[in-house]
Amino acid sequence: MHHQKLQKSFKKTNNGMLKMLPLILGILLLVSMLNVLVPKEIYVKIFTGNVIFDAFKGSLLGSILTGNPITGYVLADNFLKNGVSLVAVTAFLTAWVTVGIVQLPAEIYALGKRFALARNVISFLFSILVALVTVLILTIF
Amino acid sequence: MKKNANRNSWLFLIIILIVFLAVFITNPEKGNKILLFYRHLLAQVLPILVLVYFILLATNYFIDNQKIKKIMLETSGFKIWLLTVLAGILSVGPVYMWFPLLKELKDKGLKDRYLAAFLYNRGIKIQWLPVLVLYFGLKYVLVLAFVMTLFSIPQGLLTEYFLKPKSIK
Repeated sequence: MHHQKLQKSFKKTNNGMLKMLPLILGILLLVSMLNVLVPKEIYVKIFTGNVIFDAFKGSLLGSILTGNPITGYVLADNFLKNGVSLVAVTAFLTAWVTVGIVQLPAEIYALGKRFALARNVISFLFSILVALVTVLILTIF
Repeated sequence: MKKNANRNSWLFLIIILIVFLAVFITNPEKGNKILLFYRHLLAQVLPILVLVYFILLATNYFIDNQKIKKIMLETSGFKIWLLTVLAGILSVGPVYMWFPLLKELKDKGLKDRYLAAFLYNRGIKIQWLPVLVLYFGLKYVLVLAFVMTLFSIPQGLLTEYFLKPKSIK
């Protein structure tokens, strides 16, 4: 019984990892290209240094773009290394994992239109708040 | 949906490879710089993926969706908040795999506040935390996870508040 369960878990994990592999390899190559080809000044133009607006833009970007968590982490690290503020990067990361525009149709189907819309809008706004509070705590401690 | 997601992953890699090849052919110097950076990123990420693999394996082995459903429907008060947070953090796999279970829980009477909080806590992605630590450090990850957990409760309550039918004056 346990042996069977372990075998099933291995199969499920292997399948999951194999499905993610092309995405991971692709995003690492994309980040490498962005790093070499995109001038750092572009990031500075998008993220102007205004904490609230930058957090809003980070959250918006994190909501629109999609992918598995590691994709978001690598992109966020790239933003940070290019001078984007930690608040904007945190808002981006939080929106990336909590707002689900791509899976919205599935969420609407399972949990209802009003639920899915309310949850995603609140998650979007909360990603800005979470970013501000996280960076505030990190600054204090 | 699963098959589509898999096909899209490969399509994404192929598109990126085509773009890279175009860059490499038109500007070999920049192409080489990209390859060097790519090698550096791979060396950083691949060992962590091994750790991620074992965390995923452990969660797939120990966590049973049906047991979670049973416990959530039988619990109330502070315990259900705690359970919602834990279940959200520990739940792995693509979110669409969880929607049928969440729909069933909703149909059986689980309040919207818990469903929303569960989905918010899924954002913590416990199996990917080693990668996040690699990039941002342990302190950052702990604080972010703590703040997200804390915010998941008002997230649930607010979602439910907006779903309540408004009385007509």
